[in-house]
Amino acid sequence: MTMIRGEHLYKVFGPQARKAVDLFEEGWTRDEVKEQTGALGAVIDASIDVAEGELFVVMGLSGSGKSTLVRMINRLHDPTSGRVEIDGVDATALDGKELRELRAGKVSMVFQRFALFPHMTILDNAAWGLETQHVDREEREEKARKALATVGLDGWEANYASELSGGMQQRVGLARALATEADILLMDEPFSALDPLIKRDMQSLLIELQSELRKTIIFITHDLNEAMRLGDRIAVMKDGRIEQTGEPDEILSNPATDYVAEFVRDVDRSRVLTAANAVQDPLVTLSPDTQPRAAMVQMRDHEAAELFVTKADRTLVGAVRDDDVAEAAKRGDRTIADILHHDYGQASEDTPLGHTLLDAARYTLPLAVVGDDGKLRGVIPRVTLLSALANQDVLEEEGDPESNGNGPPDAAELVAQAAHDGQPVASDGQPHMRGEASTETETTEEGAHHG
Amino acid sequence: MAEEALSLPRVPIGDGVDAAVDFLRTELSGFFNAVQTVFGASVDAMEWLITLPPPLLFAAIAGLIGWRVRSWQFGAFAVVAFGVVDSMNLWDETMATLALILIATVLAVIISLPVGILAARSDAVSTVVRPILDFMQTLPVLVYLIPAVLLLGIGTPGGLAATLIFALPPGVRLTELGIRTVDSEVVEAAEAFGSSRNRTLLRVQMPLALPAIMQGINQIIMLALSMVVVAGFIGAGGLGNEVVRSISRVEVGTGFEAGLAVVILAIFLDRLTSAVGQPTRKKSKQAA
Repeated sequence: MTMIRGEHLYKVFGPQARKAVDLFEEGWTRDEVKEQTGALGAVIDASIDVAEGELFVVMGLSGSGKSTLVRMINRLHDPTSGRVEIDGVDATALDGKELRELRAGKVSMVFQRFALFPHMTILDNAAWGLETQHVDREEREEKARKALATVGLDGWEANYASELSGGMQQRVGLARALATEADILLMDEPFSALDPLIKRDMQSLLIELQSELRKTIIFITHDLNEAMRLGDRIAVMKDGRIEQTGEPDEILSNPATDYVAEFVRDVDRSRVLTAANAVQDPLVTLSPDTQPRAAMVQMRDHEAAELFVTKADRTLVGAVRDDDVAEAAKRGDRTIADILHHDYGQASEDTPLGHTLLDAARYTLPLAVVGDDGKLRGVIPRVTLLSALANQDVLEEEGDPESNGNGPPDAAELVAQAAHDGQPVASDGQPHMRGEASTETETTEEGAHHG
Repeated sequence: MAEEALSLPRVPIGDGVDAAVDFLRTELSGFFNAVQTVFGASVDAMEWLITLPPPLLFAAIAGLIGWRVRSWQFGAFAVVAFGVVDSMNLWDETMATLALILIATVLAVIISLPVGILAARSDAVSTVVRPILDFMQTLPVLVYLIPAVLLLGIGTPGGLAATLIFALPPGVRLTELGIRTVDSEVVEAAEAFGSSRNRTLLRVQMPLALPAIMQGINQIIMLALSMVVVAGFIGAGGLGNEVVRSISRVEVGTGFEAGLAVVILAIFLDRLTSAVGQPTRKKSKQAA
């Protein structure tokens, strides 16, 4: 169900605002209109549609109009043209009193620089939205205490904002917004002023709260990784216009304009893309009942040194190596069931690709993507994994961007990416590519097999 | 001849002012009589009130207030300072001056707060008010002292009016400045939660503008004090009279004593009001 709908919203600052809107509708650009009328189009023909319980991210650089767009929803800015509908009510038509009721009860807001009241206690700050609704002191303090406890700030009620750290201050800002029990939360770059570790904590807090409260949230950010982490859907804004609206992986893998493509170039794909984005059907799988000789034929036909082994219902049971199969055939084994090994990486469909890198580096087999039921959903060959992540830029910070993406990625890149992702690199420090010699452990094991 | 040809025709501004004052005197004499009565009566009442306690009790009370508001050192200073005033036999004059200043301050605050608030809320009001304030502050005092006498008569009411004109501007300016410089995001936050304009003003803007407003009141008091001697010229009473009389008789010593009493009042009122302007809660220590 649609909770917030903005239709063809315009916000023009300066003289001749109405005329500027007409010009925009005729297709003039922002600069042309500025030159002609002197008016600045902060938001130009923006339409959004946010479902109940959705976390909708508006992303753009400063000056892209994202703050202005969001302020039109609770009418801190009145739209120059267009319509805002909140829960079926035309918010653009509300008079002063109705508007105050909307802000106090239905839509609350969190600000970039916290905007706490420095002369009030934390408790009074959190109770502000209730005070404006004339809730009596006892009730509003109780609700404010509850909201403060929700964000982990119980015990700080009597303090002042200046005595709290930035992260804690923004928790107060969040508590102030939650205390009114509004259905809609507008968050204007709420975590941009925080340092990275605190920022991550706050994002986690928000995700946790959102899974419980299911508010309808519009979240502004200029941080693409934050947008990708939090957003159910993302709208990318540029120069007052919405360039694209879509789910995070849609924005990432299918950017609508050059600008969006440029914007998402720097995103850390390893966190956003999951195994489901790169999975493909396995070349061929064997059954545990397959005879060694039949297995050898299969492997030869597909030029595969190793193959996965699944039961008839696709439950993954293991994998076999060509030399083991050859040994078994020589010994006259009836099936390959006894020579299965488990030297391969497994992931579920929602595992971020970044978490699969170490396994990809460690094993020669492709990564097995397995569902909760233990069935093989598909595989991710290493080349597929790297090209999904790379998309020509995964290691751009390593230096020359021209050299990335063309040509096969090498092991050093893998190590770098694994390290970048905060995961330990294999202890020998040298994960190897397909076709090269295996690690020492594997060699020893193979030796044992041969023996 | 050439000079005459170049000079502009004379614009009769002065004549206009004369006519205006005449008009006010004749047509609005009822109003000014009422103002004269109210001014005189309120200063008299204030003087009666503050001379109710005997000088030493007054000094003790001043010391107590100074101690509570600021520090024990300041309290001790107040006791000694008012003792000195009494020992110079200037108690009645000092109290008369204090009464005039207190009434001038109260009136100035009553006028300047709402004007300052309106100017802060509306650019149009601000644009109109600003040149008027400039005019009030820079017009030489004697120029409006005489019309004040013409309209309100010799003595306290005329002196009070002149003091008001001179002391009012910083009250308006600092109120406007204080409210305008409250962090706009904080004001926006107040409004984003459905606060009405008046609630935002009373609960957020005024408390946060309080240091600036108190500074304005402090300035009002200081300027009012500096007008005391000038008002003495038109017989406004108190220390001003004393200074004017001793100067005209070349009694340097008596003049200095009266001047010292003015300084003592000034220091006491300045320190007191600037201490009230400071937020009482402990200053922020940046938590890590």
